[in-house]
Amino acid sequence: MPAPIRLRELIRTIRTARTQAEEREMIQKECAAIRSSFREEDNTYRCRNVAKLLYMHMLGYPAHFGQLECLKLIASQKFTDKRIGYLGAMLLLDERQDVHLLMTNCIKNDLNHSTQYVQGLALCTLGCMGSSEMCRDLAGEVEKLLKTSNSYLRKKAALCAVHVIRKVPELMEMFLPATKNLLSEKNHGVLHTSVVLLTEMCERSPDMLAHFRKLVPQLVRILKNLIMSGYSPEHDVSGISDPFLQVRILRLLRILGKGDDDSSEAMNDILAQVATNTETSKNVGNAILYETVLTIMDIKSESGLRVLAINILGRFLLNNDKNIRYVALTSLLKTVQTDHNAVQRHRSTIVDCLKDLDVSIKRRAMELSFALVNGNNIRGMMKELLYFLDSCDPEFKADCASGVFLAAEKYAPSKRWHIDTIMRVLTTAGSYVRDDSVPNLIQLITNSVEMHAYTVQRLYKALLDDISQQPLVQVASWCIGEYGDLLVSGQCEEEEPIQVTEDEVLDVLEGLLVSNLSTPVTRGYALTAIMKLSTRFTSVNRIKKVVSIYGSSIDVELQQRAVEYNALFKKYDHMRPALLERMPIMEKTASNGPTEIVQTNGEAEPSVVEAKHPPPVTQPTNQANDLLDLLGGNDVVPVIQTTVPTKPASAGGELLDLLGDLSLSGIPPMTAYNKNGLKIDFTFERANPNPNIAVITIHASNSTEADMTDFVFQAAVPKTFQLQLLSPSSNVVPTLNQGTVTQVIRVLNPQKQQLRMRIKLTYTHKGSAVQDLAEVNNFPPQSWQ
Amino acid sequence: WRRNHRNTSCVIMSNNMQFMLLFSRQGKLRLQKWYVPLSDKEKKKITRELVQTVLARKPKMCSFLEWRDLKIVYKRYASLYFCCAIEDQDNELITLEIIHRYVELLDKYFGSVCELDIIFNFEKAYFILDEFLLGGEAQETSKKNVLKAIEQADLLQEVRYVIKPPWEQ
Repeated sequence: MPAPIRLRELIRTIRTARTQAEEREMIQKECAAIRSSFREEDNTYRCRNVAKLLYMHMLGYPAHFGQLECLKLIASQKFTDKRIGYLGAMLLLDERQDVHLLMTNCIKNDLNHSTQYVQGLALCTLGCMGSSEMCRDLAGEVEKLLKTSNSYLRKKAALCAVHVIRKVPELMEMFLPATKNLLSEKNHGVLHTSVVLLTEMCERSPDMLAHFRKLVPQLVRILKNLIMSGYSPEHDVSGISDPFLQVRILRLLRILGKGDDDSSEAMNDILAQVATNTETSKNVGNAILYETVLTIMDIKSESGLRVLAINILGRFLLNNDKNIRYVALTSLLKTVQTDHNAVQRHRSTIVDCLKDLDVSIKRRAMELSFALVNGNNIRGMMKELLYFLDSCDPEFKADCASGVFLAAEKYAPSKRWHIDTIMRVLTTAGSYVRDDSVPNLIQLITNSVEMHAYTVQRLYKALLDDISQQPLVQVASWCIGEYGDLLVSGQCEEEEPIQVTEDEVLDVLEGLLVSNLSTPVTRGYALTAIMKLSTRFTSVNRIKKVVSIYGSSIDVELQQRAVEYNALFKKYDHMRPALLERMPIMEKTASNGPTEIVQTNGEAEPSVVEAKHPPPVTQPTNQANDLLDLLGGNDVVPVIQTTVPTKPASAGGELLDLLGDLSLSGIPPMTAYNKNGLKIDFTFERANPNPNIAVITIHASNSTEADMTDFVFQAAVPKTFQLQLLSPSSNVVPTLNQGTVTQVIRVLNPQKQQLRMRIKLTYTHKGSAVQDLAEVNNFPPQSWQ
Repeated sequence: WRRNHRNTSCVIMSNNMQFMLLFSRQGKLRLQKWYVPLSDKEKKKITRELVQTVLARKPKMCSFLEWRDLKIVYKRYASLYFCCAIEDQDNELITLEIIHRYVELLDKYFGSVCELDIIFNFEKAYFILDEFLLGGEAQETSKKNVLKAIEQADLLQEVRYVIKPPWEQ
């Protein structure tokens, strides 16, 4: 039998194949030769054959028949054999097949081999692919090697231990003693892998974490040495000494410092040092800065350090290197909730990133932009985001549309603006809008009473242009069905009313019914809309005809509706007007956070109503409302996952803001308090349906140069009133009028007495606590009469 | 498929390199190192999809992309793409340095390494990688030490049987 061809020879041959078929033929021929060689138990060439098999495996061909051969190679005493054998095991063996367990004994022997390179092979294989059973059997050996003075083996044992712990977490305890003096090592390899091991243990066990906190000073020292030490050729990367180790230490410090004041303080200086001294011209320096920023933001660092961190990210945003910009956006997204104002300063740069060509950067910029939208910047931001929505890739459109809706709902400066924004989204990205937006939008439109004529007109015009986008069509159908009378009577105030006849409107709706573009759901909407118009239009006969036609529709849903509507015409015509009348305003009940209803006990000692800050919500709670359930509408679940907000949303207050345009309720606003740069305005609304409840929204603004934090507004009213204070939008009044804190007060005044209020304000300003009391007596008469 | 291999009850285990792939501009695989247990079928599927995704990237795009629930860090060196899949908490920028370090090691070992070196000496490429990374983490941060170890191991291949000389026993 001639000697099997050499590996390189085979590779050369296979590469000459001009077609896939030719290659396959060569491979099959060689595999056959290898198989017979294996059958003959040829020890000499086993290694060569397995190597060739591994090459063919990489090309995508099956190589499972070589598995046992790998095991034989591992058991051999030749180093070459072991090397290829272990490589083969890592490539071909699978922990899900029992055959891999046959390796265990070999590995055990090799872990105790007299040659460190053999031990190294065993450690590497175990640490790369060891199954739980293997790890259980061999953990003891690994632990022994973790204590050896041979740094070549010690570093590998440490990473092997990491793998063992990941596979069999219960074994973690047994490695604890060996970690005792790992950090006293001088060898960087051991140091690096030890830090990885310690990190793994701390992440898995709070007890371990507490135990290892005492290592913080030592870690700080090691890091300091790395930074301060001179040039070390062995570990230098572009002028930085062992960046890999630095990054790892920074990450461990992050875990140890999180939530712990003492540890955080102990690392404060070194973090500042790294942040200011690291060279930023190359990627490696920025990698360290990046890790430093992440650490600063996660531990209990002092505010100066946090500002430094955010500024580093700000500089990253301006870096020419795309990669740096990308990680900056990612990090800013993580910190935007906790350090909102600091991130706001970089808003324009972030918005510019929306225009970046890179998809990953665009996505990050979009998420961050939405997180930065607030009442002050809504108009500007929305312009940019809508422009983005127009031109972005389809993969973004759904998320962007949802984000726009959410932001508009929270911060719309006026109802007209809100409706216009919705229209814009529906017309430009209508087919990407989520299905649950439709009921939400319908509810919004219903509640914007004075905009009905404008809305239905705009939606009608949009339908004339394009009936392909289903959410748009559905919302439009619903509105036409509801407000068709306004449409034909030309009542629009906001813009030039269009001239349209009842027949034209019915033409459009019937067109939806027959169009191929309409989904069954849309057809349902259209049919119902036509039916509703029977009480709003005069051309009832036409409607009757349409409805009766669809009584024999193949679509069961449509047929059922038509049959029922037909019955309505025939037998229950007297009920029809009542059934089809205008929808009432749907109230959203505020269910974010607890609210307090407190009774005052007289003017002499008015008990002060405290606004309790509700616990931070990690998800938006469902707004419980039967009518909404009927429409199938729940809150739009935000796609953008952000961390726990420190600004609890006061849905009640903000919705009232939305409904209550300042001039609309007819009650003029007033300034209740204006002192030391803090100004508090009151705006008024009559609660619907109880006219005895005055709904007051306070708007607190701060014209000084420093933020007012821990801001708490309290109010007390005379005995005959009842007061309810809902949760505030935030407890930080931003500096220089960059935003307002709003809070809703509901005052029940059954005896229609003159409204008076005593307010108490507490906040922290420039480091000192401020407290003030004031009487508010200048309520406009309309607010309580 | 990602969380299957972790038989743990812990939730926030998200820093680890899951795999490294080297492939040519024509999409041919030159090296595959997997640090998570997956079936051959799954590996092939992932490789196929990822290679396609990375090759579709334009030259000016950033080196990071989100793919499934992993972060992919890739860099092209001449005709080879070096592609790592890392988890949520990992530092993308240092991963670029890891990739670069591996390329430097290959370069030093082969002397101005090119794709052909990796094709014809793929097993050496693996050996070098396995002296640099273990379980997805760097085991040695000194270039010199990695190369020294490889050199010594290569020498051992010349020896017929692996027995320690008396003065080392």
